[in-house]
Amino acid sequence: MEMMNICCDQITSSNSKELHVLAVDDSNIDRKVIERLLKVSSFKVTVVDSGSRALQYLGLGLEEDDHSTRFDDLKVNLIMTDYSMPGMTGFELLKKIKNSSTLREIPVVIMSSENILTRIDRCLEEGAEDYLLKPVKLSDVTRLKDSILKTENTGTNRLQSYTRKRKRNDDVLPASVCGHQDLSMSPPSSSQTSPTRARL
Amino acid sequence: MAAVSQLQRQFIDYTTSLYNEGYLDDQFTQLQQLQDESNPDFVVEVVSLFFEDSEKLLNNLATALQQKSVDYNQVDSHVHQFKGSSSSIGAKQVTNVCIHFRNFCEAKNLDGCLRCLQQLRHEYILVRTKLEALFRLEQQILQAGGSVPVME
Repeated sequence: MEMMNICCDQITSSNSKELHVLAVDDSNIDRKVIERLLKVSSFKVTVVDSGSRALQYLGLGLEEDDHSTRFDDLKVNLIMTDYSMPGMTGFELLKKIKNSSTLREIPVVIMSSENILTRIDRCLEEGAEDYLLKPVKLSDVTRLKDSILKTENTGTNRLQSYTRKRKRNDDVLPASVCGHQDLSMSPPSSSQTSPTRARL
Repeated sequence: MAAVSQLQRQFIDYTTSLYNEGYLDDQFTQLQQLQDESNPDFVVEVVSLFFEDSEKLLNNLATALQQKSVDYNQVDSHVHQFKGSSSSIGAKQVTNVCIHFRNFCEAKNLDGCLRCLQQLRHEYILVRTKLEALFRLEQQILQAGGSVPVME
């Protein structure tokens, strides 16, 4: 896993800030390809081979307090995960992330070789940002980057657009907990717009 | 130099035939487009990983199908992996055999599985031979001082 120390990258202009992607795939071939696709698209990339390693990297094992000591350069802007993995599937990883108060804001994209509508629906309903059919192409990554940049730019709007997709809001915390939590307080409206369909 | 342009012509013709005959698909082109001066060996590296992976999978499949009581889930899981890796490098024929293979796994059809394994091995060796020939051609061009043509 490569971790580059980028000094003082503030979120001033999203054009100059390098977005950090955590890619999860149990296939070494796919890891190599996705890493290259992402680097060519000017992302900072960390690649891991399992859901549990991904959660380790994201610090899910840490106490809530430790969240404040995480350095900015470890901040993950996007998670891309394979669906079919031994142990923890990409779907299970997605659920764990969306159920985590510290990680739920991070967009998660599922990658899968299977074009199964019920699977796609399930992932989107669980809060996945997108569902990409493998093999993932450069055009998929470019499109993803554009949409992530847009949401990074618009701050509050980002969280509103994710809450609209999420079904579960079980552990929604009271507004006083910490800054970023306030923004996710808008409950899902009853007239939800349908989640973005996977581009097939 | 006549030698270089001849080799380059050979390279273009050979690559084109691989696509036309269905050995490779667009995904291979995608990989080539990801290669540049900073990563000049990207395609060879990915394909080498595929070769390693494939040999392992073929062995695992043979073993799994030799068991007295075949675990078709296990067989299917190997085929699924093979399907994924072959599709990631654009080895279309191999991927196609994997698709059929999975159907036989689902049906728990041992005969069908054994036949597919044979076919799979055959297609894999074919595509490996062709890719190795392609890489050799590339090396020859580079050694003759030329540059490898970029296929669109």
